[in-house]
Amino acid sequence: MTVGLVIVSHSARLAEGVAELAGQMAQGKVAIAVAGGTAEGTLGTSVEKILSALQQVDGPEGILVLLDLGSAVMATEMAVEAFAQDQRHHVIISPAPLVEGAVIAAVEASIGNSLQQVAEAAASAHTLPKGRNRDR
Amino acid sequence: MPITTEDTLRWLKQLAQALHENRDYLTQLDSPIGDADHGINMDRGFKAVTEKLPAMASMDIGSILKTVGTTLVSTVGGASGPLYGTAFLRAGMATSGKLELYEADFVGMLEAALEGIKARGKAQPGEKTMVDALTPALAAAKEAEAQNLGLSQMLRRASDAAEVGMKATIPLLATKGRASYLGERSIGHQDPGATSSWLLLKTLADSCG
Repeated sequence: MTVGLVIVSHSARLAEGVAELAGQMAQGKVAIAVAGGTAEGTLGTSVEKILSALQQVDGPEGILVLLDLGSAVMATEMAVEAFAQDQRHHVIISPAPLVEGAVIAAVEASIGNSLQQVAEAAASAHTLPKGRNRDR
Repeated sequence: MPITTEDTLRWLKQLAQALHENRDYLTQLDSPIGDADHGINMDRGFKAVTEKLPAMASMDIGSILKTVGTTLVSTVGGASGPLYGTAFLRAGMATSGKLELYEADFVGMLEAALEGIKARGKAQPGEKTMVDALTPALAAAKEAEAQNLGLSQMLRRASDAAEVGMKATIPLLATKGRASYLGERSIGHQDPGATSSWLLLKTLADSCG
């Protein structure tokens, strides 16, 4: 088992796309679940969808959640609180930028690193070189 | 006269109606500084609450408010889902088992709701959010309690204070939520969350006052 990943986005398509990118890096070794959009399929976040995604990837190594904007944080916090009521496995909500964070987390999780290591690597994702900032 | 379970249900019905009538207004307020979904989200959430009203008829006030909270969490979709959801859940915990609410109960309920919103949103007064309407409302309710003005006056004063707080969000710079991405461009707009918080207290004063 490796650390599981949950991708939370206001957009179902964005969540799917990020999971696709991260999944390519993890080569099938990491459980990745998505929670995108509201229950009605509109833009937004759903505590129930996030809770269900957490349950899908639940395992002894724990779960890292990566998310996009604003209310995704609050909805994830509520889902994690509900999840923690019957699960012992640890969940960390990552402050990382979604795409870079998910890709790094997938790589780190796929080589068997611990939740703490995966979370720290994802949190440093904003320092990844990109375009004009590469010399910084 | 205390607030009874019937009053609570009547308030929720009026609130749902007011949110439906103000759906476009709230969305308009949310459009320059947010994601233009506040009216739609609140209307959707309280429509779902309305559908559950018959099932709430046999509940105590605490259970009614908790049911509203869980309904909002699962139906609203935007930031107001977790925020108002937490507020109603906390208000329900503060009024657990009660069939009537008196002055001190209302103050305790409003305080619990406000604390819930502040904890969930990690928000403080002055950040252009619902906290800016609810904080002065709680202060006004406490003052009314100290002066023994009675419940009806307390509800009206809380609503009036929320309205003043809501209008005072116009010149504020948003540092929370989607509006904070706009930086200084958020100045000059009334906060939609503060507006729905005022509607909540206004309909309460109108239906139970």
